[in-house]
Amino acid sequence: MIRHLLSAADLDLATATTLLDSAEQMFAIQHREVKKLPTLRGRTVVNLFFEDSTRTRSSFEIAGKWLSADVINISAKGSSVSKGESLRDTALTVAAMGVDALVVRHASSGAVARITEWVQCPVINAGDGTHEHPTQALLDAFSLRQRLGELRGRHVVIVGDLTHSRVARSNVLLLATLGARVTLVAPPTLMPSGVASWKCDRSWDLDDVLCGRAFGDVDAVMMLRVQRERMSGGYFPTEREYAIGYGLSPRRLALLPEHAPVLHPGPMNRGLEISSAAADSARSIVLDQVKAGVAVRMSVLYHLLAGDQQPAPVLEEAVR
Amino acid sequence: MSRPTSDQQPRPILLRGVRPLGGDVVDVLVSDGRIAQLGATLDAPEHALVVDGEQGVLLPSFVDLHTHLREPGREDAETIESGSAAAALGGFGCVHAMANTSPVGDTAEIVEQVHRRGRRAGLVDVRPVGAVSKGLAGIELAEIGNMARSAAGVRVFSDDGHCVSDARLMRRALEYIKPFDAVVAQHAQDPRLADAASCAHEGELSGKLGLPGWPSVAEESVIARDVMLAEHTGSRLHVCHVSTAGSVEVIRWAKQRGIDVTAEVTPHHLLLTVDLLADYDPVFKVNPPLRPHEDVLALRAGLADGTIDAVATDHAPHAAHDKDHAFADAAFGMLGLQTALGVVLQAMFADGRPVDGFGWAELSDRMSVRPARIGRVAGHGRPIAVGEPANLTVIDPDGRWRVVAAELASLSSNTPYSGSVLPGVVRTTLLRGRPTVLDARLAVAEALDGHDDFDDLVGLSR
Repeated sequence: MIRHLLSAADLDLATATTLLDSAEQMFAIQHREVKKLPTLRGRTVVNLFFEDSTRTRSSFEIAGKWLSADVINISAKGSSVSKGESLRDTALTVAAMGVDALVVRHASSGAVARITEWVQCPVINAGDGTHEHPTQALLDAFSLRQRLGELRGRHVVIVGDLTHSRVARSNVLLLATLGARVTLVAPPTLMPSGVASWKCDRSWDLDDVLCGRAFGDVDAVMMLRVQRERMSGGYFPTEREYAIGYGLSPRRLALLPEHAPVLHPGPMNRGLEISSAAADSARSIVLDQVKAGVAVRMSVLYHLLAGDQQPAPVLEEAVR
Repeated sequence: MSRPTSDQQPRPILLRGVRPLGGDVVDVLVSDGRIAQLGATLDAPEHALVVDGEQGVLLPSFVDLHTHLREPGREDAETIESGSAAAALGGFGCVHAMANTSPVGDTAEIVEQVHRRGRRAGLVDVRPVGAVSKGLAGIELAEIGNMARSAAGVRVFSDDGHCVSDARLMRRALEYIKPFDAVVAQHAQDPRLADAASCAHEGELSGKLGLPGWPSVAEESVIARDVMLAEHTGSRLHVCHVSTAGSVEVIRWAKQRGIDVTAEVTPHHLLLTVDLLADYDPVFKVNPPLRPHEDVLALRAGLADGTIDAVATDHAPHAAHDKDHAFADAAFGMLGLQTALGVVLQAMFADGRPVDGFGWAELSDRMSVRPARIGRVAGHGRPIAVGEPANLTVIDPDGRWRVVAAELASLSSNTPYSGSVLPGVVRTTLLRGRPTVLDARLAVAEALDGHDDFDDLVGLSR
């Protein structure tokens, strides 16, 4: 098993499958009255968030607590960092408190990788700048598996602000590892540089792709948030034009095959990248994704913190 | 560093067995700050310091057009004295100290202070660069005339760290410097195409790593504009740290057209590529960013054929805490003075053979002769001939040295070469006939304060 989880590229097929399979076992406990496993009792997990987050932080917090770990949340934004402390000093200070794992979110790409140079414990990337968000990709894959079964050969379309999306980067990597086909759709201004070398197809025409004309039948569509806060301007003329060109309207929703679910990592800009009709439709699995997030993060924490010491049967027994 | 009071005149020095520009072995006698004799075998005068040149290559000491000494303002990262020591150990006799200090070098008072402290350190000639605009803000011209007429005699003006992006201000600067025979050194970076967030060459890797991209055209488009402005005004333009193949092409075209433009390249842009950013290590974060291999090859070719006139270090010391951040948040820049020669040799002398006809004569031309000419620096970059000022360096071309960041003379240690073995050892450096480096170590410097007896060298350079 890997030591840190920094990128979806860290996950080979066997590791990704193991994490997803374990997550299925973890998922089952969400339906129990007592949602608690003793697996990480006595272990301390710190959520070190340099950037605001509610859903990811809460998801990791619940995951840790359901595994009986002690979970501490540290919001580094607005604290020591704003007083001029370096990333290294902040990381060393937190690690010196005897933590067993760090879950880190940071506004700068690569910041989480840098922290692994300074601390000894496992580090999990909970989103670094516009780089990656590997547990989001895992929970997306988990949700897709739940809906579609085996992902090998499936065709997933990812639409929207790709340039600024860590979710897209991680998903392209993980879905390729799992054998799925990916097509990215965005206006040229929101296509990342070097995207031609990514393991996916690309298009500027959403209608062409959704109706299956461009790259064959679609099995799922993932809409990405337009990250206004990361845009210094000029990526597209108006929100109205963007919504017309790249929003998942009711008309476009109807282009999708019956079985194809709609995903969104949230938070959603309703009326911009996704219409309320699509967001609230029966095809939307947005809340399933949130639910899957806890199970996937339990699986990741388990394998990174206890995986080496406890053989799989212990997990199975605990879950049983 | 302790400095005993010097004698009024330095001791004569006999450099025994050196090879000027890699040519035949000769002895060189230095007396009264000048080359007094050149010959196959010379007798050492009484009291002379005899230095065994060990058949090392003798070159005019190097001139750096682009150094950040951080003083005043960030003396924790570098001082004029520590930077001067690094320069001397790197074989330099003169460095141009950029104006982006705190306070900014935009008045006669500040540049004179830098100049004075350089003289006090006494290890290299420190030539202050004056800011083009007040506070480097790019809005109003700085007091260019006062700086040019000051004791510091500023001849290079630059807002380095910032691009003079306003075309009208750039035009005015080019026009205004003409009476002073000065040059505007442009940091070419369109701030709209490479904004404050940009930190990595825009391309496949930046997209993969999620680092805000810095497109080549941000540099190339400003150079294209500026060479046309230089032609329009008939002024001298110098382009700082060229980093792309397209920039080389634009400069080549401008020179063919007869435009008075010169350009520099850093040692690191001749050797390192963008691929090194894969681990997000900010030691590789420089401005402009490291580029792909094709650009590196074009820069080497441009330096070899003379399209690029000079190697300039862009020596950029940073305290460790300014680099201990995520890549995007860390400071730009790396050390350059002490490693410049080794990196250039590594890049331009593949397997000991010159690349594209680039040999010792070309190295001397690009690291000493042309930089001195561009900066209008008297007494440097001169031929190795009797009567010329003895600003010299002796290099062991076959020597190798291991870079240990903590052992460099700089107060900072942000070098990517730590642990690497570089070719070319600077054995001896002389500044006006006084040794600043002997046996590859810093010589006990003799303060030049109060000894203006070499000021008569001013005016000899061209």
